[in-house]
Amino acid sequence: MKLFVSTDSSSLSIGAQAVIDSLSDAARRRNIPVDLVRTGSRGLFWLEPMIEYEHQGQRLAFGPVTPVEVPNILDALVTGNRQHPLNLGPVEELFKTQGQQRVNFRRCGEIAPTSWSDYLATGGSRGLLRALQIGPAAVIETVTRSGLRGRGGAGFPTGVKWRTTWHAAGATKYIVGNADEGDSGTFADRMLMEGDPLSLIEGMVIAGFAVGAEQGYIYLRSEYPHAQQTLQAAIDVAYTNALLGNNILASGQHFDLQIRIGAGAYICGEETALLESLEGKRGTVRYKPPLPAVHGVFGKPTVVNNVITLATVPAILAEGAEAYAAIGHDTSRGTLTVQLCGNIRHPGLYELPFGCTLGHVVESLGGGSASGRPIRAVQVGGPLGAYFPTTLFDTPLDYEAFAERSGMIGHGGIVVFDDTVDMAEQARLAMGFCALESCGKCTPCRIGAVRGVEVIERILTGCSSERERNLLLLRDLCQTMLDGSLCALGGLTPYPVLSALNHFPEDFARVAERPAS
Amino acid sequence: MLSIVAIDYGTPQAKSTTPVALRIDGHTVNVPEGTSVLRAAAQAGIHIPKLCATDMLDAFGSCRLCLVEIEGRPGYPASCTTPVTAGMQVTTQSPKLGELRRGVMELYISDHPLDCLTCPANGHCELQKMAGVVGLREVRYGSDGANHVAPQTQQGKTNQRFVAKDKSNPYFVFDPSRCIVCSRCVRACDDVQGTFALTMQGRGFESKLAASLDERFLDSECVSCGACVQVCPTAALSEKSLIEMGQAEHSVVTTCAYCGVGCSFRAEMRGETLVRMVPNKEGHANHGHACVKGRFAIGYTHHPERITTPLIREKISDPWRVVGWDEAIARAAGEFKRLQNQYGKFSIGGITSSRCTNEETYLVQKLVRAGFGNNNVDNCARVCHAPTGYGLKTTLGESAGTQDFDSIEQTDVVLVMGANPTDAHPVFGSRLKQRLRAGAQLIVIDPRSIDLVRSPHIQADYHLKLKPGTNVAVLNALAHVIVSEGLVDEDFVAQRCESEAFEKWCALVTQDRYSPKAMAATTGVPAAVVRGAARLYATGGNAAIYYGLGVSEHAQGSTAVMGIANLAMATGNLGRPGVGVNPMRGQNNVQGSCDMGCFPHEFPGYRHVADPVVRAAFESEWGVTLHDQPGLRIPNMFEAALDGSFKGLYLQGEDIAQSDPNTRHVTAALQAMECIVVQDLFLNETAKYAHVFLPGSSFLEKDGTFTNAERRVSPVRKVMEPKAGYADWQITQLLSKAMGYPMHYTQPSEIMDEIARLMPTFQGMSFEKISRMGSVQWPCDAEHPDGTPVMHVGEFVRGKGHFMLTEYVPTAEKVNAKHPLILTTGRILSQYNVGAQTRRTANLAWCSEDLLEIHPHDAEERGIVEGDWVGIESRAGDIVLHARISARMQPGVVYTTFHFPGSGTNVITTESSDWATNCPEYKVTAVQVTRVTQPSEWQQRHQAFSEKQQALLEQSLDVIGSY
Repeated sequence: MKLFVSTDSSSLSIGAQAVIDSLSDAARRRNIPVDLVRTGSRGLFWLEPMIEYEHQGQRLAFGPVTPVEVPNILDALVTGNRQHPLNLGPVEELFKTQGQQRVNFRRCGEIAPTSWSDYLATGGSRGLLRALQIGPAAVIETVTRSGLRGRGGAGFPTGVKWRTTWHAAGATKYIVGNADEGDSGTFADRMLMEGDPLSLIEGMVIAGFAVGAEQGYIYLRSEYPHAQQTLQAAIDVAYTNALLGNNILASGQHFDLQIRIGAGAYICGEETALLESLEGKRGTVRYKPPLPAVHGVFGKPTVVNNVITLATVPAILAEGAEAYAAIGHDTSRGTLTVQLCGNIRHPGLYELPFGCTLGHVVESLGGGSASGRPIRAVQVGGPLGAYFPTTLFDTPLDYEAFAERSGMIGHGGIVVFDDTVDMAEQARLAMGFCALESCGKCTPCRIGAVRGVEVIERILTGCSSERERNLLLLRDLCQTMLDGSLCALGGLTPYPVLSALNHFPEDFARVAERPAS
Repeated sequence: MLSIVAIDYGTPQAKSTTPVALRIDGHTVNVPEGTSVLRAAAQAGIHIPKLCATDMLDAFGSCRLCLVEIEGRPGYPASCTTPVTAGMQVTTQSPKLGELRRGVMELYISDHPLDCLTCPANGHCELQKMAGVVGLREVRYGSDGANHVAPQTQQGKTNQRFVAKDKSNPYFVFDPSRCIVCSRCVRACDDVQGTFALTMQGRGFESKLAASLDERFLDSECVSCGACVQVCPTAALSEKSLIEMGQAEHSVVTTCAYCGVGCSFRAEMRGETLVRMVPNKEGHANHGHACVKGRFAIGYTHHPERITTPLIREKISDPWRVVGWDEAIARAAGEFKRLQNQYGKFSIGGITSSRCTNEETYLVQKLVRAGFGNNNVDNCARVCHAPTGYGLKTTLGESAGTQDFDSIEQTDVVLVMGANPTDAHPVFGSRLKQRLRAGAQLIVIDPRSIDLVRSPHIQADYHLKLKPGTNVAVLNALAHVIVSEGLVDEDFVAQRCESEAFEKWCALVTQDRYSPKAMAATTGVPAAVVRGAARLYATGGNAAIYYGLGVSEHAQGSTAVMGIANLAMATGNLGRPGVGVNPMRGQNNVQGSCDMGCFPHEFPGYRHVADPVVRAAFESEWGVTLHDQPGLRIPNMFEAALDGSFKGLYLQGEDIAQSDPNTRHVTAALQAMECIVVQDLFLNETAKYAHVFLPGSSFLEKDGTFTNAERRVSPVRKVMEPKAGYADWQITQLLSKAMGYPMHYTQPSEIMDEIARLMPTFQGMSFEKISRMGSVQWPCDAEHPDGTPVMHVGEFVRGKGHFMLTEYVPTAEKVNAKHPLILTTGRILSQYNVGAQTRRTANLAWCSEDLLEIHPHDAEERGIVEGDWVGIESRAGDIVLHARISARMQPGVVYTTFHFPGSGTNVITTESSDWATNCPEYKVTAVQVTRVTQPSEWQQRHQAFSEKQQALLEQSLDVIGSY
């Protein structure tokens, strides 16, 4: 009997290993041969751990499974009477109901992550073969036409970036996969690397072929040991099967790939600090221009793309630019991998076409707060994203729509708060985060964030006459950081601060009066 | 702190020549492509506020004060990191920019002490100036926030962020509380100096400057070049002299008196007191950089041991007698005249100083030739680069390096042989490292693993770690590969070299016995390494050779120099920027003293004394008849003194008793003479054998010129009166007059004018031109009125290049069972030559004695551990030093320096010398090394003698004190 259980780190964190142990135990006792396939996660965290099985060409699931339930489920599977309270039915149906459209994550949870045959059977390497067939110029053209934009947060058109590197002078170029996924409430990169790492590798090989790079690096944060293991295994598989090496898929093309582990700095997710760190230096931000596309790692033209961006490329090549561009909304084409977490009933990863509203995601898909209390605010786009009140829940998931409302989609992380949240405290946390993670190069960020924390504390503890003065100072400081910072860390920290101040001014007035706890 | 007169353009000058026109605040500005908006504005007189930018360093973009508005661009780009584009419209002042800059400055000042009035940087602090420029009127963040300023918090607790001053470096103080984290110091250390000793530690608000692994500056890898101190915009890094004295009020451009790099400095003065030396950004040799010696080690000029009064005595066992100038000069001249009467015209001579100016050294040789009537004049090149003069003159036609230092910018392959630029020529060493980091490849030929072989971001492509004494063997093996593999630049050789000599050379070097394989046993260098290096040198693009005393101070020194010239000619690496043959001259003016004819066989300009046309010109100018036979070389003087035919010597600032080989032989010769006249700042080793002491002047006390290793003639300027009353040229003039040959110069420029009249290569030289241009490289004549950066362009000075045959002849100084190790000598960064200057400075903090470096294997065999007293015995003598175990050495080779007279390094060096020029073979002495328990007999005697001489001196000086 072939069964599938996710051993993704989030699945493991909520007991997947205990379920597996229980399953092995139960199967041995019953003398049932079980072929257990360890997969990545489906992203349906509130239903995990899940046990999946195949039936009539479909994948069906039980979940959330506890070790105690495992023998019963096994019995249900053996008897063929699959009526069981935890039977979730076909997984695809769940996705369909949610409106998910899985491009990036179509294999995640479906296959054994480092199985070359699974990969090929699910369309793996088709994109690369197509790329090799049409040549670099057409690859870049295809990526450009697909409308793919950088999923790391900045939303820069990927095709334009590649073209710049393609045109940049120099024989030596590099592809860097940015896997330093440091935004709070995000986990899409990790899930992909643990669930379908070969698609990332294939995407990087295509990028290398397109721009003329023969060396790639994946800059992986040290906090992802499972992803590192899976990625390394996948790289080994890729070399064995000529997805990497000096004769890629018998094309004569050459591409090598190595993993580089970060040292725990959030700022190293910023592409220029990442490059410094990759070179073995202290992770500080470089000024731009010159862009990394022209002057990147070791001074050579370098494409730096987020994991999801790169992993999307094989699908675009395989299915065509039009198929991808057909999904989405306005200038935001394709799918967004929303990562929903915080105080929410149905946390997880939802791959959705751009255009559905924030409210739909939080309320319909997320099912409201986990605490059952009213939702008060959501932070979209990581620690530097703005806090949106429920009055902005009509904002569609779309880069420009968020920007218009002084927010950003970022890497697609949404963190939900109920009405017990103290937004002044959240503003202080934002400044505190910046102070903690600032590389220290530019003055507005290095000193500004520390002063930001102090000013907010003074607003919260000082007398009301000083409050106005300090509120003005805080706004001035935000402006200095916004306009004066060298990179997005200092430049975007005012987003959460100002959004808290603008949407929830009462929290900044109220707190001072509350009794000391 | 930048120089008090520096104009800072913010970013370096762009290299392009393509002009770009843009508009800044409505003004049209034309600048070269690649110029930053910040610099373009500064050149137009529009000064955009800035703090992290300075034109010695590449843009960094951290302070965020130089933000501007550019039409069509979003946000507020930093003008330092934004290159100009054609038609760009820049606004540097607007209400919004004003707010932004005030906002940034308010943050800076919220973490900075407010004691401006008592701060060392007061008056020249860039932070203070910028606060004024942006109109900061209020710091609204209060003073109770996180800071690096106060030792304690307002609650009376220890402020963990506060770090006390680091005063460990003898020359500067690091005060972390005043640091604004602009990283200028770190960038200067990395990009300019290339030591990578400094770093920003921690991140965000916790970022702090750290030397090495957060050590005290003195204990760190810092080499105290001072580049960080110079670029610091606040008082976070300040010179101790500045802290003690306050700001200078005027500055005078002059030239360093240490090594042959010849750095240009601004002497920053308060009246006649020197506050600090700041390297001159306009200096062509150093472009604003300096080393620990030139910038900081100037305390010797006012050291208490300096002698400022003339002294005389009958015998060296007598106490000195303090006398006036007239009496001292009369005694010296009287004695010299007596000796000449008694022993003949040729019984006296002079040695000129390579520390003195061209004008002064010229004057001494003139005195010897015209006043003494003989050619017994020599200079310290005899013991360093005489083989260079001979070898390059013979092959190329001129006795000097072929390039300017800037040539390195266009070099693809650097070959460093027998030179240790990071220690001995540190400013050029830094320049070289910059080029290597930018991608040039490196071949090192040296018995030791010098810093260049492997240091931060530098790794030699080939290190030919040869056995000392086998230079010519290695050069022949390199030539063997180049010729036999067809790597010769045939066109160059056919057009520019004598073909017959070339063919002979080819026939020699292609012999099997010179193949890398055949030579490997002799040189100790694997054949594959030699082959790789030869191929790289011949085919790697522009290849330049830089060599030092490790080439010249050998029995085959001249042969090796010619071997180097042969290689350069054979590969076409001469006559254009980026290539060449470059001797790293040791002393500030050794090139000059050679140029000025301080040789027994040559008049100024390297022209033989036997040449009647040349002699006639000098006779006409000088109004005397000149002798037509070469005089005595320094070693010949010693021989003649011991034979009893040479009786009197005038030494201008040259300490032969310490610097020349076989010290016991030298001191015996000195004792055999009847009148030794020493002109120096201090009672040096030679002065201990002197009968007349004439107190000299330091480089700060006179006008003149120095000529550096790139033939660059640079100005030396008087910033204070001579402490003993006379500049050296005046003393020589007094002596000359007393000898009956009066000279009538009223200022050094007149001497230079005379030199220009007599020397074709100096024909166009004058103080006025040197002042106007900053410096001038000879030849400076009608054809090259602005001087000559690169020589031998189109044609060699001698016409066709001449390949010399370079048969390898092993030195007679061989190891055997009794003396199984080879001793080689050299220098270190913090000390200079005989140490007369640097030993009288705080540089002693880094090195206070000569050490014997020995390979761990050799040490273990002898039971020697780090710090042991070890006896070093050669066939000439024995001395005792402390041991330093070092894997830089190769087994079988030991190394020491000669900076401290008490070490007696030259007691053990031998008289073996170059076959052509008598340059001593300092680099090869067969020795045995053993553990011992006390200093050697010579050292003990030397110490007793020195103490006695010091006592005799103090006795006499007490007499002055009692007046």
